[in-house]
Amino acid sequence: MSDQSKQAEIVRQSLKRRYRKERRFRAYGIIAIAIALSALVVLFADIIGKGHSAFIKTTITMDVDIDGEMMYLDDASDERQMKMADFVEPLIQALMREIPGAGESDRDAVRDLLNPYASNQLRDALKEYPDLLGTTQTMELLSHTNVDVYVKHAGDDNYSIKLNQQQREWVDQLVEKGVVDTSFNDVFFSRGDSRDPSRAGILGAIVGSLLTMAVTLVLSFPIGVAAAIYLEEFAPQNKLTDFIEVNINNLAAVPSIIFGLLGLAVFINLFGMPRSVPVVGGLVLTLMTLPTIIISSRAAIKSVPPSIREAAEGIGASKMQVVLHHVLPLALPGMLTGSIIGMAQALGETAPLLLIGMVAFIVDVPGGFLDSATVLPVQVFLWAGSPELAFIERASAAIMVLLAFLISMNALAIWMRKRLERRW
Amino acid sequence: MNTMNTTVTKEAAMPDETPVPVQEERPAETIIQEGATVGTPFADDPKFKLRNVEVFYGQDRAIKNISLDIARNEVIAFIGPSGCGKSTFLRCLNRMNDSIDICRVKGDLHLDDENIYDPKRDVVELRARVGMVFQKPNPFPKSIYDNVAYGPRIHGLANRKSDLDDIVENSLRKAGLWEEAKDRLDATATGMSGGQQQRLCIARAIAVSPEVILMDEPCSALDPIATAKVEELIAEMSESYTIVIVTHSMQQAARVSHRTAYFHLGHLVEVNETNKVFTAPEHELTESYITGRFG
Repeated sequence: MSDQSKQAEIVRQSLKRRYRKERRFRAYGIIAIAIALSALVVLFADIIGKGHSAFIKTTITMDVDIDGEMMYLDDASDERQMKMADFVEPLIQALMREIPGAGESDRDAVRDLLNPYASNQLRDALKEYPDLLGTTQTMELLSHTNVDVYVKHAGDDNYSIKLNQQQREWVDQLVEKGVVDTSFNDVFFSRGDSRDPSRAGILGAIVGSLLTMAVTLVLSFPIGVAAAIYLEEFAPQNKLTDFIEVNINNLAAVPSIIFGLLGLAVFINLFGMPRSVPVVGGLVLTLMTLPTIIISSRAAIKSVPPSIREAAEGIGASKMQVVLHHVLPLALPGMLTGSIIGMAQALGETAPLLLIGMVAFIVDVPGGFLDSATVLPVQVFLWAGSPELAFIERASAAIMVLLAFLISMNALAIWMRKRLERRW
Repeated sequence: MNTMNTTVTKEAAMPDETPVPVQEERPAETIIQEGATVGTPFADDPKFKLRNVEVFYGQDRAIKNISLDIARNEVIAFIGPSGCGKSTFLRCLNRMNDSIDICRVKGDLHLDDENIYDPKRDVVELRARVGMVFQKPNPFPKSIYDNVAYGPRIHGLANRKSDLDDIVENSLRKAGLWEEAKDRLDATATGMSGGQQQRLCIARAIAVSPEVILMDEPCSALDPIATAKVEELIAEMSESYTIVIVTHSMQQAARVSHRTAYFHLGHLVEVNETNKVFTAPEHELTESYITGRFG
């Protein structure tokens, strides 16, 4: 056999081995992706399975006699009288009428089907329209959380139903009559936190998160980009800049709770800023996000082809013109992507905010940067730690909202990069 | 300054009187005498007067004691093997080396009797007078119009839109690109062919009306037809500009340049009329190079 044909034989044999290797490697890759995907599917299935029921509320719809005598009220525009009036009685009476079997002795059991805050709905309606006094109105009232849990999770062993046998029968009857009904849970999206799960909403946390993110974005993007441009374009290469670079890279890996401690020590204790407010939360998250933004912005600046820089310099553009006219527009997509990913991290951050008091129980939806607020992940943390199962389902729902925010932010990052990227 | 000139001239003339015997195997380093350039490196009333130029990259001496004059409206070609320092030397002429931190330039470099490396010298003004065209076409990722208009805009050369339009048209005409580009001035420049892009870069350079244009291997990324167009352009431009061109193609140097300078290992070995360099080189290294013994 000649040398050439011998070599060809060797190559042919090694080919088989090479292709086998390639197939094996591909199989590993597919397995890895399958594992990652199944983890994701399990996560989503669990969260959606637990949380989807939180988007449904249980209501009681009935005709309510707004009888002044029963309520000790003859003028609904009189504030003093309104304070003393009994708004619960008309509701109990109305509900008693819907339950034929219920006698006077069952009053308390019937009342416990109504949400403790349902009377507020009647009071608020009367406050707005005093003329309603003396009329009969069809009202849709929030049911008690126990009714809500019973209607939604009657067959589920995980949930303990806190209604007695008779109450269950009543609710079954009412569901059949259409008095007790389920609908989309707008309360969840229009209210702040509450001790009563049926009335607990996520709006406070969403607004708190948005305010905190606004502070973070306004501070961290300009500071981060300016620092990156300076370090990359203007700073001399020496020991000091090396030291700064090492430290920035280090900061990116510092556990976020450390930033929380720093924020507590500096912003709250030293500067005397208020606790639990979005401004301090935003400042702390800015510290946390800055390294990410600086590192990604520097990478984006580095990736601008040096030929463009030379072209501009060769025409006589000054350093500032080169940066502003050429480097920055080309680096911007990368900078924005890095910043949005940094912001998404900050949006999901809990630990540092616990330390600056954003873990407080806050009922009101914050109205400004200096109002006490909580944020989405902290709200999840609060509800997940609650013993009531009705809160657990809301925690899962809050996670879904948080995930929706994160996914839309990442989608925005991809869209922006696609849009701003220039073709070469 | 004067004394220095005379010494350099003497040195340059020396090898003529004592020609070194040629030996094949002798390493180039032993043949070259530092600062001793063969031929006619000096001119009367030069555009660039460069004396005892040395360039260091950190500890490495990339350019070793080069003295050269570049005459007005001449086309001078720098040739030499890779890594001989011709691009480095070219980049000294408009201080493009400034952006390299470890690069230091020593010696006297004068443009029209003004010191280029004067610490007080404004680089922006220098580069407006000494334009540059690079090896790889590097148009900005903007429209054709904006590419050409960029220089005049940043230097404030046109106050009105119509002035700017005129500058753009004239520059594109001079670069021989007007006919091809006039209907798509708003199209992005990166969509053009490589040759068109390089001519656009030339148009961009001449839009600021420089006195000198430095070209760093302007045709190395172009096909022969595009190369021919650029060379034609260089010939036309030599009427109004001083052109310094670095090239790896000796045919190109022969076609476009008036004088040719041969660089070797950071030394300027020989400068002569282009004809003379390619037909009767004075220095043995030049001869070795143009006959293809190394490169």
